[in-house]
Amino acid sequence: MTRFIDLTLNGIANGAIYAAVALSLVLIWRATRILNFAQAGMLMITTFIAWSAIDHGASYWVGFALALLSGLVLGAVVERTVIRPVEGAPPLNAVIVTLGLLVLLQAIAGMIWGGNPHSFPPAFSIKGYNIADHTVLFSPADLFGVLVVAAVMVVLLLLFQRTSLGLRMRASAFEPEVARLLGVRVGHMFTIGWALASLAGSLAGVLVAPNVFVAPNAFDSVLVFGFTAAVLGGLESPPGAVVGGVVVGLALSYVSGYAGASVVTLGALAILVAVLMIRPSGLFAPAAARRV
Amino acid sequence: MATRTAVVGDKERRRPMERARQATLVRHLTVALVAGLVLYVVSNALSAFDNLQLATMAYSFTAVAGLTVLTGLNGQVSLGHGAFMCIGAYATAKLLGEGTDHLPLALVLLLAALITAVGGVLAGAAAARLRGPYLAGATLALAVGLPTIADRFPTFLGASNGLTVIPSTPPASLGATFPLERWQAWITCLGALIVYVLLANLMRSRYGRAFRAVRDDEVAAELAGLHVARVQVLAFVVSAACAGLGGGLFVVVTQLAAPGAFALTLSVALLAAVVLGGLGSLWGAALGSAAIVLIPQWSDDLSKSLSLSSNVQANLALAVYGALLIGVMLAAPRGLAGAFDWVHQQVRRASTRREEEEQA
Repeated sequence: MTRFIDLTLNGIANGAIYAAVALSLVLIWRATRILNFAQAGMLMITTFIAWSAIDHGASYWVGFALALLSGLVLGAVVERTVIRPVEGAPPLNAVIVTLGLLVLLQAIAGMIWGGNPHSFPPAFSIKGYNIADHTVLFSPADLFGVLVVAAVMVVLLLLFQRTSLGLRMRASAFEPEVARLLGVRVGHMFTIGWALASLAGSLAGVLVAPNVFVAPNAFDSVLVFGFTAAVLGGLESPPGAVVGGVVVGLALSYVSGYAGASVVTLGALAILVAVLMIRPSGLFAPAAARRV
Repeated sequence: MATRTAVVGDKERRRPMERARQATLVRHLTVALVAGLVLYVVSNALSAFDNLQLATMAYSFTAVAGLTVLTGLNGQVSLGHGAFMCIGAYATAKLLGEGTDHLPLALVLLLAALITAVGGVLAGAAAARLRGPYLAGATLALAVGLPTIADRFPTFLGASNGLTVIPSTPPASLGATFPLERWQAWITCLGALIVYVLLANLMRSRYGRAFRAVRDDEVAAELAGLHVARVQVLAFVVSAACAGLGGGLFVVVTQLAAPGAFALTLSVALLAAVVLGGLGSLWGAALGSAAIVLIPQWSDDLSKSLSLSSNVQANLALAVYGALLIGVMLAAPRGLAGAFDWVHQQVRRASTRREEEEQA
């Protein structure tokens, strides 16, 4: 029983990270109908930037802030340079471009920082809390992750629902032509959407880095888990992404705990296929016709 | 059909030639035969290293051609073809075993392709319900997840060290000094040519037209009486079988099936070859496979001659793939084959213009 509780807590902690990745995918999907496979590369780059800063003697929080800031900038730059030309092109073109960007970013990181994995410090102790003479699989660092992701979620929700900028972004995503006619700078909104999404991704990168180490292709599986979470949540709704992230985190924690850590990625694939077979538009998507 | 209308004018003179050209199978067999002869001559002239490169191109082509049918012809994107190569490679390694008393190599490779085709049925059945980015993500998960199975069954699949096989030696009749690399190039090129003939015929057949119809408009295809899901699964199976054979040939060349060889990078390289070749032509697939074999070598040579650091050297090929994927999609979405078509059209247009000017 204690093992089950441990796995559950561990699942929630990981789930928060997957939720952040899912959030970054969902924000981009909502805005531009593009699934950003380069997200794994983008958050890898920002995590490496944070690692470099910390490695050169800066405090954890400087690295943390640098990661988020560089995420914001990187998202905007990527959208402006390589994504803008494929917006509105056949979906396959965007898939290939983001995949190419993923590979390019991994290669660049390999050139700068080498292929060896580097350890990344956690924000707080990773020693689990001690409850009733049992060290649970949930540490202050995990708690920090859950709280930060929750805070980001709330801020994004407020931004989208309560501000004029959020309204303009939603309008641009919903009906770009009409929004443009009404005077919204749709292009700017897409850029901001990408920047915010990349920010969420870079947050996930910094949070997951202590578990996976930092290396050019260390975050491939995080992308797969985040994608699974996003699909589970229906790719459309940010709250769905968060719920999907926690569900995937829990499920994979049980898979890892009871079936072995080496089948976790396949577990994610199984969840993904099962969800897509039953409800191709995800569990939380509004019932809407998918255009063929 | 276009050729038939074109010959009406002087059909008496051209008929036997035209008929031969119209017979799809004859034409593709001729192309394969000529290509085979050229490859035979070339492989006899090449050094051991270059023969190895040729063999690498040939097994890459086998997988890339399969992906071309799936993505270019049927419109289903797969980021997971490395995983199918992985299945084919492990099947071949298991069937060949560690000894020399195994089944004939041709039979082993055929079985490997069939086993992978079964995997293709499973993946295709799931894929037929998925579209665009969903499919891309699911196949990405397959590419990342499948090679990790080897760690789960360390005794059966050899964990991260993988399975090794004894190289299939050239027959004694070729002489004792016949280089192993040339023999490997022959096997892989033969496999690639067989796949070429089969796929080229498939593309021109009823099934090829069904693949294209489903790609272009699913609703229209369904109205025309096609079972869309069935067509999509079939495309996946054909494509997976080719990739499986590619994986089997990979083992013949490298004598090793290990999870490290089937990382996401491999799937990306295969997709890069398809995109570079121009999504949908086998000719383009051949160019693309040559490119993904030559790019790492050229970038290695380049970084050595510029004496770049080892980090840069190790990643230059990857960077070139990435930049090519982005660049081709932004600048020339129809790839190398499309670029050649374009040049061809420009030349023809220029020559007709010149004729018109001369007549005027």
